[in-house]
Amino acid sequence: MAQVVRLLFALKSVWAVLAALVCGSFLIMLAGSDPIAAYTALFHGAFVDYWGFAATLVKTCPLLLAGLAVVLPLRAGLFNIGGEGQIYIGALFATIVALYVPELPGPIHIALASIAGAIGGALWALLPAILKAYQRINEIIVTLLMNFVALHFVSFVVSGPMMEEGAPYPYSPEIPLGLFLPHILPRTDAHLGVVIAVVFALILYVVFRRGVAGYTLSTVGENPHAARYAGMSVERHIIVSFLVAGAFAGLAGTFEVLGHRYRLFHAFSQGYGYDGIVVAFLANLNPLFAIVSALFLAGLRSGANVMQRAVGVQVTVVEAIQGLVIIFVAISLAFRYRAGAVGQFLARRAAVEAALDKPGGDGAALDKPGAGGAAP
Amino acid sequence: MIDILFDLRLLTDFLSTSLRLSVPLVFAAIGGVLSERSGVFNISLEGMILAGAFGAAVGAFFLNDPFGGLLIGILFGMAAGVVLAGMGVSLGVNQIVAGIAINLFVLGITAFLSRIVFGAQANTLQLPGFRAFSLPVLSAIPIVGPVLFGQDLLVYVMFASVLAVHMFLYWTPWGLAVRAVGENPAAADSAGISVNTVRYACVIAGGAFAGMGGCYLVLSQVFLFSEHMSAGKGFIALAAVILGRWTPGGAMLACLLFGFFDALQLRLQFTYQEIPHEFFVMLPYVISILALVGLVGKPQPPAAVGRHYRREAK
Amino acid sequence: MTDDRKGAAAGASGGTPARRASPSGAAGGTPAPKLALEGIEKSFGALKANDGVTFAVAAGTVHSILGENGAGKSTLMNILYGLYQPDSGRILIDGREVRITDPRAALEHGIGMVHQHFMLVPTLTVVENVVLGMKGQGLRLPVREHAARLAELSASFGFDIDPHEPVAQLPIGKQQRVEILKLLYNNADILILDEPTSVLTPTETEPFFDVLRRLKASGKTILFITHKLEEVMAIADTVTVMQLGRVKTTVRTADTNPVKLAREMVGRDVIFQVRRTAHATGDTMLEIDRVSAASDRGLPALDAVSLSVRAGEVFGIAGVDGNGQRELAEVIAGLQPVTAGTIRVGGVDINTASVSERAHDLGIAYVPEDRHRDGLVLSHSVAQNMMLRSYNRPPFARYGFHDAGAIRRHAETLVKAYDIRLQSIDQEIRYLSGGNQQKVILARELEGSPRVVVAAQATKGLDVGAIEFVQKQILEQRDRGVAVLYISTELEHLMDIADRIGVMFRGRLTGVMRIEEATSESLGLLMAGVEAA
Repeated sequence: MAQVVRLLFALKSVWAVLAALVCGSFLIMLAGSDPIAAYTALFHGAFVDYWGFAATLVKTCPLLLAGLAVVLPLRAGLFNIGGEGQIYIGALFATIVALYVPELPGPIHIALASIAGAIGGALWALLPAILKAYQRINEIIVTLLMNFVALHFVSFVVSGPMMEEGAPYPYSPEIPLGLFLPHILPRTDAHLGVVIAVVFALILYVVFRRGVAGYTLSTVGENPHAARYAGMSVERHIIVSFLVAGAFAGLAGTFEVLGHRYRLFHAFSQGYGYDGIVVAFLANLNPLFAIVSALFLAGLRSGANVMQRAVGVQVTVVEAIQGLVIIFVAISLAFRYRAGAVGQFLARRAAVEAALDKPGGDGAALDKPGAGGAAP
Repeated sequence: MIDILFDLRLLTDFLSTSLRLSVPLVFAAIGGVLSERSGVFNISLEGMILAGAFGAAVGAFFLNDPFGGLLIGILFGMAAGVVLAGMGVSLGVNQIVAGIAINLFVLGITAFLSRIVFGAQANTLQLPGFRAFSLPVLSAIPIVGPVLFGQDLLVYVMFASVLAVHMFLYWTPWGLAVRAVGENPAAADSAGISVNTVRYACVIAGGAFAGMGGCYLVLSQVFLFSEHMSAGKGFIALAAVILGRWTPGGAMLACLLFGFFDALQLRLQFTYQEIPHEFFVMLPYVISILALVGLVGKPQPPAAVGRHYRREAK
Repeated sequence: MTDDRKGAAAGASGGTPARRASPSGAAGGTPAPKLALEGIEKSFGALKANDGVTFAVAAGTVHSILGENGAGKSTLMNILYGLYQPDSGRILIDGREVRITDPRAALEHGIGMVHQHFMLVPTLTVVENVVLGMKGQGLRLPVREHAARLAELSASFGFDIDPHEPVAQLPIGKQQRVEILKLLYNNADILILDEPTSVLTPTETEPFFDVLRRLKASGKTILFITHKLEEVMAIADTVTVMQLGRVKTTVRTADTNPVKLAREMVGRDVIFQVRRTAHATGDTMLEIDRVSAASDRGLPALDAVSLSVRAGEVFGIAGVDGNGQRELAEVIAGLQPVTAGTIRVGGVDINTASVSERAHDLGIAYVPEDRHRDGLVLSHSVAQNMMLRSYNRPPFARYGFHDAGAIRRHAETLVKAYDIRLQSIDQEIRYLSGGNQQKVILARELEGSPRVVVAAQATKGLDVGAIEFVQKQILEQRDRGVAVLYISTELEHLMDIADRIGVMFRGRLTGVMRIEEATSESLGLLMAGVEAA
């Protein structure tokens, strides 16, 4: 009996998703449609139909990469909310290399543009990382502000210097044909980016499980004091994890340009950076599960369009359902507060901040008035 | 460009627009200040604005009265606050995740419901709203007069709100409790203050204020509801809270700055296309970052913001 | 003269929280003690923090609670302050039983507490901190009136505090006075001070004692928790010594002396025998040469400490916790920088060596004082913790990846060798008992054939069997020719296995002598800061 209960409990995220879908069905009924038909159209259109699945894959790419950009630093107790800005700057760098570097053989040029995109995203993450590691400035706030700067800066670039001649609204010229990412499903839009994203997710998973880096990140996040005792540098881990996260997000932007839109559009990311946070939490911070949660979220979105065409239910109901999914899943995860990803994250975050206070780790040696009850 | 300074009518118009663009930001920012001062990071201001806007539209539509709209809008904003507080304060869910979830949900549900409620006429509605009126005598003062004293009711409510929240935070014992809870919840707890109650109250009140920002959009600006009409204002308000050093007056000034640059870049877009207007939009954010780094003063967020508080053992 | 009575006056009943009632007591009888505790018990899971604590305090006196870390003093004070509820027992104020449900209730009974970590909000001013949470203030906080009254109160006690100054800008000594003012302003007459001098420099201590004397003179009752014997003798009228949750004795300071107190505080029955055989020692392996260092908070912790340990020798460091022992261990391990002086291992200056270098290349093994904070990652598995210090080296790591098999084999070998009790090496180490956790640390540290072992409070929180095991390990290292620096508050343990011994007091090392010349009395006096007679 206990085993059954344990299993049911472990599946609590699944129950949460189901609960959200049930609530969604009420909304669908409110709109005068049949929920079964609607959901069938949705899931069929997202995962079963050939072109529908391709559309899902296209959306999965940026979501997964953005999710990884959140998952990695979280292992060390850091919150990267700047995915959005890193996506934009990454896309910008990639587009610049695509448009202005003289034509090279296809794969090489693509690789170069991708690297540029990764560097762009990483650079955009560098400032908040340094501020956090050496000045203890809250990385959430800095990355949030930098998102705006990136968005508007890219907007400026594609409205002016990089704007396509005679375009009705801001976008860049199209990238050369040689830079288009190859398609993985014939006659569809699904491109290589999603494969690369999955590969990175798998690599990250392996690194987390087996890699020394996975171990040190976890140690820094769980107990920075012990990390110091073991000879690890807390500051270095902060910076490196942010740089790699920024690179992931930069690639998300890169592949949107190289694989999907073929131009740099003003405001092209409709919140992928923030969606990455959703992907990460739904996956309980596990890179392998992130593949699933990114697919799921992408499926919901692309299936919504099919649902609207087929049954007439607006796509906005899916937006609402997504919100419910996260709310319910977050609540369900909170029910083992201490052991859940959220509780752990909070504990790690506080620990990292406390460790940065220790001399030898820069930062003022202030005694934090913490939630410290006296020890017995 | 400079001619604007010499044409009184143009200048007055410009400043008036500038103020009106700031109003929803100020409301939301006050909500953010209250919430964060008590230690709760509120990234769902966007959703709260939208919830308030939708509520205002619904209320005005069915009750045929702008005050009805205002009431419903405030209630919807508070409802969003209840969810945020429930998740973030009681359950210990990460406040950012909770905020983003609320944003997503409100975005979707308001768009969805508005189609159902208002049907096809959604975009051509003319809801009852608050019209501008001029205060006698005061509005005759050149420039300042029409700008400050020729606005609609909600604008005056906005100014009053800023003042009220300021007085609350700095003059009343409850405001003191709020400030303590946000800086050192353990100290507040040991002084007998219920940390969770304070946080709930601040987040819900924050939702009310942010909701009013949404009400303004509907009841004073466009008199209808359209999907996603909050358009990122909630995030701008968050930046304003930071730039304004987590004080009501500072946040208001920061919002006015944002509104000013917004009006400026709008004008530039339409009359002087050569000047890159985006730089003016970016400027307030860059200033905020510089401020955080300490180049332009060094604002400190409330020390306990974002951290779940649990008393150790009992 | 103050009377020191155990037991409460009869006649107290019911639990209604009374406002400061006048002492009940039959006409002609002695008044009830201001505060009395009877049979207070409190457990946290398996740990019994307070075991039948009973004593009484007379009004207008300074009563000290003396004991080492883990004696149960803080738990007791938190019960008095309403943060914890006792499992059983009674609290009586002025002879009447009371129930203290939370800090506000405590304050209503006249009990106030100044914690070791101040409960102040740094960004608020003094007066704001003082009036925080006060009931019945109305709509507008009358800050000016409060500030004026506060200034008066402050002046009457000789504090020099500006009510409008933000607390963050006040030096620690003044912040402490603000905490006291807070209590006085709220009409507390029982003041509990938790290790108040731990944040003060030696020069600030005497003015602080003056404050206590003035408070006492105005009729306040003061309870202060400490482990510093000389303070007890200097300022307290009466003292209760606690050890392992129990009260060992309650006496008037006039009737006792530091030696007796020291013995009560640290003395233990010797319950096991560990054999130590004399043998020749080798060259000097560890040299600490006039080393000074600061604590985490930036206060001076080590003051020109010099000592040397030979190969094959156990050098014991005695002393009550908080006198610099932790910092001494940390500077050798490389976790805390030295501000002056040199440390040499095998004749080589190690000041520039990193933590990792000291562990692997210089052969320094370190068993940290706070094993949960510094030595283990509680949510990691036993196997992972076993390789914590060598996580980056073969055979565990190759080309940036961990060899799970090697990690497990390593852990299994050590588990067997050290007889560590656990369910599986994959379980989270937080579930192991303290003794087994310590075994993991010892196994890890000792396996690399170190030349120097620094063991800080290695027997803390362990049961008898584990203690014996640890002592045996240390002796084994000694017999192998390792230089061991063994820091402990447990005098008996030290005297069992040390070859030479010294005492840390206020950051200085005193009374270094061969173990044959040492007696617990002489060591106890040194621990109390009293020069050897």
